[in-house]
Order: sequence, then structure tokens, then C-alpha cells
Amino acid sequence: MTIYGPAETIELQINMESIRLAVQPGLSLMRLLRERLGLTGTRCGCENGDCGACTVLLAGVPVKSCMVLAVECAGQAIRTIEGLRDHPLQRAFTAEQGFQCGFCTSGMIMNAVALLEAHPQPDEAADREWLQSNLCRCTGYEGIRRALARARREMAEDRGG
Amino acid sequence: MKTFNSIGTSPLRADAAAKTGGTLRYTDDRVRPGTLQAAVLASPYAHARITAIDTAAARRAPGVRGVFTGADWPEVLIGLYLGDKPPLARGAVRYYGEPVAVVVADDEAAALAALRLLEVQFEPLPTLASPSAALAAGAAVLHPALADYRRIPAILPEPGSNVANRTRIRKGDAAAVFATAEAAGAVVMEGCFSFPPGDHVAMEPRAVLAEYGLDGRLTVASSTQSPFGVRTLLAKALGLPERDIVVRAAPVGGGFGGKAGIQLEPLAALLALRFPGRPVRLTNTRELDLLSSPGRPGLESYVRLAARPDGELLALDMDLLFDSGAYADYAVNVSRAAAAACTGPYRVPHVRVDSLCVYTNHPFATAFRGFGHIELSYATERAMDLLAERLGMDPAELRRRNAILPGDTTPTGASLDASTGDLPACIDAVRRRLDWTAGTRSVQADGKVRAKGLACFWKAPAIPTFTEAAATVSFAEDGSVCLATGVVEIGQGTHDGLRLLVAEALAMDPGLVRVINEVDTDLSPHDWTTAASRSLFMAGRAALQAVEDATGQIRQTAAAVLRCPPEDLAVGGGRVCLRDDPERGLPLAALVLGYVYPDGNAVGGPVIGRGRYIARHLSGMDPASGAGRPGLEWTMGAEGVEIELDPRDGRLRVLRSACAMDVGTVVHPALARAQVVGAMGMGIGYATREAFQFDSHEAVVNGSLRDYKILRYGEDPQYFIDFVETPQGDGPYGARGLGEQGIIGMPGALAQAVSTAAGVQLCELPLTPEYIWRSMRAARNKTEGQA
Repeated sequence: MTIYGPAETIELQINMESIRLAVQPGLSLMRLLRERLGLTGTRCGCENGDCGACTVLLAGVPVKSCMVLAVECAGQAIRTIEGLRDHPLQRAFTAEQGFQCGFCTSGMIMNAVALLEAHPQPDEAADREWLQSNLCRCTGYEGIRRALARARREMAEDRGG
Repeated sequence: MKTFNSIGTSPLRADAAAKTGGTLRYTDDRVRPGTLQAAVLASPYAHARITAIDTAAARRAPGVRGVFTGADWPEVLIGLYLGDKPPLARGAVRYYGEPVAVVVADDEAAALAALRLLEVQFEPLPTLASPSAALAAGAAVLHPALADYRRIPAILPEPGSNVANRTRIRKGDAAAVFATAEAAGAVVMEGCFSFPPGDHVAMEPRAVLAEYGLDGRLTVASSTQSPFGVRTLLAKALGLPERDIVVRAAPVGGGFGGKAGIQLEPLAALLALRFPGRPVRLTNTRELDLLSSPGRPGLESYVRLAARPDGELLALDMDLLFDSGAYADYAVNVSRAAAAACTGPYRVPHVRVDSLCVYTNHPFATAFRGFGHIELSYATERAMDLLAERLGMDPAELRRRNAILPGDTTPTGASLDASTGDLPACIDAVRRRLDWTAGTRSVQADGKVRAKGLACFWKAPAIPTFTEAAATVSFAEDGSVCLATGVVEIGQGTHDGLRLLVAEALAMDPGLVRVINEVDTDLSPHDWTTAASRSLFMAGRAALQAVEDATGQIRQTAAAVLRCPPEDLAVGGGRVCLRDDPERGLPLAALVLGYVYPDGNAVGGPVIGRGRYIARHLSGMDPASGAGRPGLEWTMGAEGVEIELDPRDGRLRVLRSACAMDVGTVVHPALARAQVVGAMGMGIGYATREAFQFDSHEAVVNGSLRDYKILRYGEDPQYFIDFVETPQGDGPYGARGLGEQGIIGMPGALAQAVSTAAGVQLCELPLTPEYIWRSMRAARNKTEGQA
């Protein structure tokens, strides 16, 4: 077990940039991102691990950042929605009405990024297992389902080309 | 049929980059350093007297700047239509989760830590667990001061009881029909249909940032659907003039009615007034958002329907008891809206309906997508199903036979005009999508049962008779257009629809039209509220008038330059030119800010188009009979589902769903579809899993998203959407509202399908596996008992 002091200086790599900062050990990664770094694209929907709006990639793995302490992330690479630019999933969510209010979108896309890396081929069971951890209240999931299919197609074509 | 340039196309949403890139800033993404943080203590009792609150230890806690209780604002009462709610409980709590005290501290952790130091003495009181319990003789009266509350005239509370509003519909003579019905050979159906209250579960919890400036002005940034409504109601509640209040609405992370009216703003504002010059943040945790802030009403309904043996409806007799919870909020108008639409989209000559909004000790209810029509529709559609069963008729055929048509009158006696939607066409479209004629029930090889259900709906906006909207159109140097309205972007995409209306009117590329997606009551044109599926209609009409005004100014300036009468000029394609000689003209960019002659002389000046709109020909409802014209327009439709039920354990899958809706002109097909699909998905959750669960003292036991289950990825069915386009005569280019409607028929359609599969009529929601299984077992035991 690690015993932390009242403030720990940690080094993180966030969206390919290294950053050093002192954090209280009780601070969640979600609050670090939103409140200390202004990366408000990571949304706070429940702070209980239930809604998935705060999903980011920690060492490539999707995590609910409200459930992770910032100090646990020392030395690791974190990717947030702000680190994703012109990704096929972002284009596909736009083209297929994969969002409406947009509040779940950052977390949904970040989870889907990892999903498509792990499952590049269509796989309904995997999609269901992964994306059930992200709640969307607007779309009835049709647009998200279509966006996922479109991004997969586009990424497969890119790999083929 | 008219041909359009922009209308009917589906350009990408203007907010796509910000929403898929995470750069969009919702209200709670705008917290400034130095903001004070408020944290709320919620009641652990659904009904209790507060005998003492000891705040001393909390006040001494580090970082704490203030601790407040109901006693701090002894006079303040808040309410949209009926002022019945203190900002913090005073003397008693009336629901589980009611705010009791608030701590303001330098940071959130300090505020939360101090909450735990508050000592509140409660003396529990008996609870009212349902509308019928609240109406029973001798029931405790939750609001003894009901007679003294400020209210609008349309709301009719009954002091001395728990009735916050009663709306009566009396059309024809229903009592006489029922008295002689069976003797005359008619069939009478009697049923009771009910469900508990629940929540909107917008993904963004409600958030407010309030600041009382040293200039004496109060600024409230809120995740609200009603910035102008908040300004008005805050002014009333706080005794400030409207001019000293500014409300700002950033794009909202889902509303569904739950952010309409007035929410956290009064408490946040009262706190801000105590700390002049310092912003105060009051943001709900998810738990507070579910429990302390309002949800949607529950319903108990008692329905009797009489029909001829051929299915023709004769009379409706119904009591709708809305479970409003502890406070009235929007629910008093929800119950009224249900009354105005009480027959569903059917021709019923004789009607007796009482629609009541009833206080109970449940979390209080506000507007929810469908606004009374979803609750009503569940009751009437279930009644139609039970009637069809009595008649031995196909439930879809029974609906088609009684479908309301142009020339018929609504329950309030308003006649339906040529704009009225084509309900039979909608029913036929849904039947086709679901292969209705192939049969509605089949048993699969694995023992699971597939069944179909179909329900109809209609909806009119339940709005004040003077509901209005305004818009301005201005231009940039490049000739592009900027539309300003008071419509809040809540995900529904109205701004994208408005963009197409303006582009159409200016015969311009929609990409050159920008719609401001933030509302500021100091800067934005006035707008009633972003609710009731009336924004595209009303702000659309205002926007078209603003375009008309702007093109008039453009033609006037151009007439001087082109030396012709202004009426010879047309605006289109980014130019103004002679109608009969289009080569002779000017680009808009050359004159929208004023035209400059080669010698430097200038004429015109910046063009600014103004538009406004106010509902026409609406009237209130007569207190004795309901007679009047409260409905702006009626959107009609039919919905159907195919489900698969495992009879062994009651588990349910929704396989296919279909909606056909007459929305008038479809302005943005992709967004229109997305709205309907999203509403249907929400309807599946509403009907199959969503509701608050209470313990024996009316405490909510599923008050987090871990236990309050909404639809998840993979539980979504196939969606089939068809639009019928009977134009709305007074709608912008023939359009009418569609944002809410897709949810309305889903509970009825699902209840019918599951009842068909289960072989027993299910009269409650939600249709959980346990409820289905218990009902099947009870029916089986009954049959076996009889055998």
C-alpha cells in the first residue's frame, strides 16, 4: 500500500504533453482534468461511475475518470476528448446524428476509440458489453450505433489503403 | 407540393465540432476561480416536522462562509403557476430529498464536510403514498396555506384538500350515455391504469452560477430551458425588478422539460445576494438531481368507455389523478393539458373528465416530455385495448375507426381545421412497418412469445394564450447572416432547423447562416420558453418575419443604388437584383452594412431585421366545462412495437419499433428522425423500467443511476420512422412541432404488446420482468382456481 502525503507532485502525460503538478491524494482524475487543467470536455454526470460521461483513456484503456485518483495516474499517459482531433469517430458521430445534447458524447467517443482498437471488426456482443457503460438520454442509441459502423468502415478502408 | 431549396435537406449540425470535440462549454464548465461553492443537505424523510437545526458546528468548520436554512428567508415562496415552495424547507419536509439547509464554502470539499456537521432534529409524520391516499377522507393536508398561495387564474386549487388543480371537461352528456348504454346494446369498458413518478435523467445535472454585482444587478447563468421565465419568476420571488436581473443560458445537456420553469435559480440567487461581488455555484450531484430537483408525475386513472358493438365510441368518463408529489410546479398545468386532450386522438361525442393534480409525499413533479399527453395516452390507449378485447376487435382497427379528423371537435369544443394531421395514414404506415396483417402474436420454437402493439397519440402545446417569440437577423461584412432568438439549444437541434428556414427565405446557402446558440436575457430577443415543441414553429415564424424586414431594408438601399423602385428587386443567392433582369444587381456584402459609392458617399446603414410572433386565437378553458381553444396546433401519430417475451421469467426484448407522425413540412429530415427515435427510446425506458421505488415511508430507494435504470446501448430496437406531411397552415413553411411527440404512444404500444404476449392485461407501469411474471402467475392461478 502506498502512503501519500498531503500533496503529491506527480508527472502525467496528458494528450501527448508532459505536465508536472502537485495534487491532493483525494483528488479524482476527473476533477484534476476539469478543475485544475480546464479540460472540461470530460463531463461530470454522476461522479459515481454509473454514466460514463467522464470516460478517458488511461494508458490506452478507457476508465471512468471520476473513479480514478489523480495520484494513481502518475507517470501514465492520459488521453481526453481534447486530445482527439478529426478522428473518424468524431466525423461519424457528426454524420450519423450520434449526439444531440452532447453531454455524453466525449465519454462515449473515448470509450468507442478504445473499442474500435480492440475490436476493429463488427462485433455486436463486444459493442454492447463496452458501450453499456455509457448512458445517452437523447439518441435512443440509433445514431451512436450507426456512427460506430461508419467509423469502423472508414478505419477499415484506411487500413486497406 | 412546394419545392424548397434548403428545407428538406440535412446539413450537419452547427454544433457538431464543439460537441464531438469536447470544447462546448455547458454552464458548469464556466466556473471562475474564487467562486463560492454551495452544498445542499437533503431530507432523509418524506414527511417530517423539523423541530431544530443546529448549525453552530458547521459554521465554525474551515472554509465555511455561511450556513442557511428555511428560516433565513421566511417570506419567499417559489412557484411557476402556484407559489407553494420555499427555497429551503420551513418547519417541515414534504418529500424525501427536500433541501433542508445549504452550506456555502470556499471549496466544494469544505462545503460537503460541513454538511456532515449539521444537526437536524426531525419528527417523522405519516406519509401520503398515492393520489388516492391523499384524496381519502381524513388525509393530512400537505399545504394548509393553499388558499393564500399566489397563482395564475387558470389553475384551480381546492384549499383544505390536497388538490392543487382540478380541470373539468364536460362535453355532451356522458352520464346519460352510460346510464342507458347497456340497455341500448352498447359495450362498456371499465379500467384502472397507473404508474409511479420518475425522473428525466438528463445527462447534465442542473447547474447554476449566480452573482450579485456591486452595481446591484443579479447575474444568473443556468442550465435552463426558460431564461426569460427564470428572469420573471426570480423577479417575483425576490422582489427585484426584471431590469436588475440577467439570465444566461449556455447550451443545455438535455432538458426533456426538467429544466423548464424555475429550478435551482432562486436558492442560488438568494445565496448570491448574501455575498455581493462573489459568484456562487450551486450544481446538483446526480443524487440531488434525481431526488431533490423535480421529476415527472405519476398517475392513477379510472376510465370508463362506452362504444357501439361496431366499435364507434360513444362516451368517455375518466378521472385522472396526477401524482404531483410535494409541490405543484409545472404539474398543475400538466394535469390541465391532459384534460384538454383527454379523449386521445379519437372522436368521442360525450365526455366527463376530471383531471386532478394531487399533492403527495413523493418527489415533486414538473414538465416532462409529452407534458400530460404521455400519461393521458397510457390511460386512454389501455382503455382502448380493453375495449377492443371486449368487442373482439383488432385494437388497431378500433383506433382507425374512431380516428379524429378535420371537422371534428376536441374535448374542449375547438374545431379541427384543414391543418389537422392525417391519423389514419399514420396508423396504416405503422401497420405496414410491423407486418400487422401477418398476425400480432406468435410462439417461437424456444418458447418465447413475440407480440405486437399499436397505439395512437396527439399533442398540442400547453402554453399561455399569449405565448410569443422574437428574432433578429443581422449581417456581417461578407454578406453572411446571423440569427438571434431566445431559443435555448438543449440538444433538440432547433437552431439547425431555424437556420434552414432563414436560408430558405433568403434563397441562400445554409452554411452562410449562423444561429447564436447562447441566450442572454439582456441581449437576446424575448422568447416564452424552450418547451412545448413550439420553438421551431414560433421562433421560426419570428425569424421569417425578421428576414422579411431585413430584405425590405436591403431592397430599399439597393433601390437607390440601382435606381429602381424597391418592389422591382428580389433577394436571393447572396445578391439583390432586378426581378426581370437578374444580371443587374449587387452582392449583399456590398450593402448590408450600407452602400458606399465610388466617391465615398454612403447610404443605408447596417441592416437589422426584426421579427416577432404571438400565438393567435387561443383562449383559456371554462372552469365548469373546459370549453375553449387552448391548442395551438395538433401533431398526431401512431406508434407500434414488436416485443419478445420469455414467459418463464418475464424478461422482455423490444425488437422493432415504428412511428408514423404527421408533422407538416419536415424541415431537417435527419434531425427530425433523430428527435423521434430518441423520444421512442426514452419511451421504452419509461414503459419498461423507469420509476421511483419507495420504501414503506416513501423514501426513494433507487436514487442513483446505478439503481434507476435508463435504456442502455444494445437494448435499443430497430426504429422505423415515417413522416406524413399535411402542412400546418400557419406554421413556418407548413411545419409544426415534433420534439416531444415520439415518446407519447410508446407506453401504450408496449403495454398492448406485452399484454398480448403475456395473455393478461397489464395495467401498471413499468413493465418489469417481475411485474409481468407475477401478473402471468396470478392469471394462471385464477384460471386454475376456476377449473
